[in-house]
Amino acid sequence: MADRGGAGIVAQGLRKRFGAVQALAGVDLEVPRGTVLGLLGPNGAGKTTAVKILTTLLPPDEGRATVAGFDVLREADELRAAIGLAGQYAAVDEYLTGRENIDLVGRLYHLPTVELRRRTQDLLERFDLVHAADRPVKTYSGGMRRRLDLGASLVGRPQVLFLDEPTTGLDIRSRLDLWEVIRQLVAEGTTLLLTTQYLEEADVLADRIAVIDRGEVIAEGTPGELKTHVGGEVVEVVVRDRSRVRAACAAIVEVAGGATSQTTMNEAEGRVAVTVRGSASVVVDVVRRLDVERIEVADLSVHKPTLDDVFLALTGRVAEPAAGDGPAPEPVARGGGRSE
Amino acid sequence: MTAPALVVSDAVTITRRNLIKYVRVPNLLVFSTVQPVMFVLLFAYVFGGAIKGALPPRVHYIDFLIPGIVVQTVVFGATQTGVGLAEDMTKGIIDRFRSLPMARSAVLAGRTMSDTVRNLFVVLLMVSVGTMIGFRIHTGVLPALVALVVALAFGFAMSWISATIGLVLRDVEAAQSAGFVWIFPLVFASSVFVPLRTMPGWLQAFARANPITNVANALRALTLGGATTRPLLYSLAWVSAILLTFSPLATRRYRKVV
Repeated sequence: MADRGGAGIVAQGLRKRFGAVQALAGVDLEVPRGTVLGLLGPNGAGKTTAVKILTTLLPPDEGRATVAGFDVLREADELRAAIGLAGQYAAVDEYLTGRENIDLVGRLYHLPTVELRRRTQDLLERFDLVHAADRPVKTYSGGMRRRLDLGASLVGRPQVLFLDEPTTGLDIRSRLDLWEVIRQLVAEGTTLLLTTQYLEEADVLADRIAVIDRGEVIAEGTPGELKTHVGGEVVEVVVRDRSRVRAACAAIVEVAGGATSQTTMNEAEGRVAVTVRGSASVVVDVVRRLDVERIEVADLSVHKPTLDDVFLALTGRVAEPAAGDGPAPEPVARGGGRSE
Repeated sequence: MTAPALVVSDAVTITRRNLIKYVRVPNLLVFSTVQPVMFVLLFAYVFGGAIKGALPPRVHYIDFLIPGIVVQTVVFGATQTGVGLAEDMTKGIIDRFRSLPMARSAVLAGRTMSDTVRNLFVVLLMVSVGTMIGFRIHTGVLPALVALVVALAFGFAMSWISATIGLVLRDVEAAQSAGFVWIFPLVFASSVFVPLRTMPGWLQAFARANPITNVANALRALTLGGATTRPLLYSLAWVSAILLTFSPLATRRYRKVV
């Protein structure tokens, strides 16, 4: 029972099989208290199964896990009182109003009425839902539903929060709004496990990222460490004079510090793509350098690496939903940043 | 384990949540009421004359019909339990409930209780319509209240069968149609609409054993007069047997739902 408050999430060797599909093939996770772990992977990688096990919705076939110091199997009741869960389907009741939804969840956490009323109002204000608080959720937009779902998951003041793909299916604006709200929570020291299909989302919100593929964690580290694998951002240049493609590529690589990992050239299109680190300043330097070398630029863009780029760098293949057939292939690259 | 007081308060919380739906979408209640009322009018006026000859002397068909239709109504109402659970499951609401520190039994108890409350409403409305077209209670207030309790208890028990089906199928439409597949023959091969004596022998045997017949007979004895002990005991035995079988089944199923 010693120092339970110190523990966030600890999972060791979690395995789960559904018929022929090995959803989890031995997953270890550690989320120290007050930190955020982004569990990153494509559809069917095992993210939701991991969350379901850690929130006691599913028992693992093998392995053990504790959340907030409580064992998922032996202390499920205590564990549930210490966590909050918001899922990708926005588990809110359409026929209830926003206020009633939060109130319902609060009652089931057995909060005293007066306290619950106050917290409900606070959460409605915080998630910008006061104007719609007394309207049935049926009338809410997708973004509002997610905010309400998140609000409801916080009413019990959970020590550990699980967000299962909180922004999947949302438009950009709602996604940015939700990120802002989650960032505030993180700033307040909530222990958070977040699953996502978006590298950018994990990058913005998480202290550490675990990349999961076919039920296995194939890389783990800080966003920075992970990006060392992938390269920071991709600078793409199209030159007017196609004969200068090689010169342009050499120039960009040199500006970017030489140590960059991947370059691709397409001489027919005059296109060069280089992955670089430290985007903003590098781009300015690249433009200056190309100017000095008198290489005329037709187009220049910078884009962030996506989950696909991460997967390509880590596994040598494109991220795709696991079909559940056959054993998981040996990943090409294995966990670069397993520093503690 | 959760304290008993919390078990009850969690179930009440869920019951309230389920009932709010009927307040927000009054059409749901309108349509679950229209059907039984239609049955009352159809049978009273369309089949009443033809069935009359098979009734015991001096019994009006409407007095025979209403207790039967009350049973039919609570049984049809019970099929909605599985539908409601399947709906909550597909929308992820059950997942949320299961991640909360609430009593594990509350979701099922709340659903079956809210369906019982809805049944109460529909039954009262139906009896009112029946009264308008000539239905009378020939016994007294107390037996009539007992009849009401027996009907609701039977509906409650049937709700647990429906809950088990809904949790197994986990699909709203499937739960909807599955409900009627087993309910329809059960309701019609009983004494709900007609006395058993005009049925062929093999069917009479089935209908006599049918719990719906037993409950309908109990309700008739309680409202028309006659020996109540036997049909009441049979009905209570059925209610207990169904509850003892299906509430553990449904509960086990609920715990295992992914």
